[in-house]
Amino acid sequence: MSESQEGQDGKRLLYCHCAYAKVVPAKVKTEVLRRLGESGRDFEAVPDLCEMSAAKDPQLEELAACENLTMVACFPRSVRWLFHAAGHTLKDSVQVLNMRASSAQELAAELGLPADSKSSVADKEAQGATE
Amino acid sequence: MIATRTKETAVLLMEPDESARLGDQERLDLLSALLEAGHPVARRAQIEPGTTPLAVLAKVDVGRESAPLIEISARSPGQVVDDVSALRKTRQLDKSAWTPWFPVIDYDRCTNCMQCLSFCLFDVYGADADGKIEVRNEDNCKTNCPACSRVCPDVAILFPKYTKGPINGDVVRKEDIEKESMKVDISALLGGDIYAALRERSEGARKRFSTERDESKALLERKRCLKALKKDLDIPDEVLMSLPSVGDIEERARRAKEKMIKRRARSQTVQDEKPAPSREEWGI
Repeated sequence: MSESQEGQDGKRLLYCHCAYAKVVPAKVKTEVLRRLGESGRDFEAVPDLCEMSAAKDPQLEELAACENLTMVACFPRSVRWLFHAAGHTLKDSVQVLNMRASSAQELAAELGLPADSKSSVADKEAQGATE
Repeated sequence: MIATRTKETAVLLMEPDESARLGDQERLDLLSALLEAGHPVARRAQIEPGTTPLAVLAKVDVGRESAPLIEISARSPGQVVDDVSALRKTRQLDKSAWTPWFPVIDYDRCTNCMQCLSFCLFDVYGADADGKIEVRNEDNCKTNCPACSRVCPDVAILFPKYTKGPINGDVVRKEDIEKESMKVDISALLGGDIYAALRERSEGARKRFSTERDESKALLERKRCLKALKKDLDIPDEVLMSLPSVGDIEERARRAKEKMIKRRARSQTVQDEKPAPSREEWGI
């Protein structure tokens, strides 16, 4: 993955799925992932930042070098020190949004995602095919 | 210690235009399946120039010749996951294997008292070349056991996957430090003001077991402490059942002593080689 994966608004967006635990409400994760996909924005999704930290995943170094990064994960203190544990320091400009403490609506608003859209053309076609 | 991962290329979900766009549920199901299987994925409208993804997932042929294209229109999320797994050959997320549960140190709060290193029986902690505490063997940490964070006097140990704050990374409030359930007073069980004793002996605390202590007594003390504090420390039963034997502890103590002797010998050699500072250098 190249170093500059910024979307049209210049922000790089990362979503952590927290795949190994159930501490993030499943409904929040599902809704955030759905809204991110629906928004049309470029974003990256990783299974579990804790696992990446333990494995010293090279992608963490790339993310730590990023000035304009927003991560949707858990508590900022946890994310910051997980990166540190892998040998990297997050820049002060990095924004960490907390799926353990905020609702999906609040997170979507923070991310500037468009309001819930109506069904896409594909969904309408799929609905039509089943009728 | 967990094996360090090498750099891997990403899987890209391409939706360059309306004709290639998935339905919302279809996209969600696919992304969720890939993430649950351990595959990182990027959703993109365009491929970054100069990059070669591991695979491109798309509803239609997006004309990408240098990377394998997985046309997802007629494949279930499970089938797509199998295709990606076959290409990647690694990173199969196995939740029955090691769970990434391990202590994470907040070095803004850590005072390097080494109490965690002294307390942990599973060799999770170590000290680096400068004598600074570090998490060395993440995979030795017992899943769901947050005991070391409960005996840290400075609330400096996080377990990001723990349920309660501030151990889960939440902001540390003054009342958290005061709260009885947060700062477990092991001195009541072990006798004496253990916290003060450990702080005063910060040099000795670098070793797992001091030369003055009886290792088997230390193990018995810890076992008694852990059983009595099981509730307060939130230690899972399987951790109490898997405490190391006296022999294991004695072996670790022997290795720790050897390391300490070597470190001191190195330190003495450096001191012997350096001339003592003059009065002028001291500024006298």
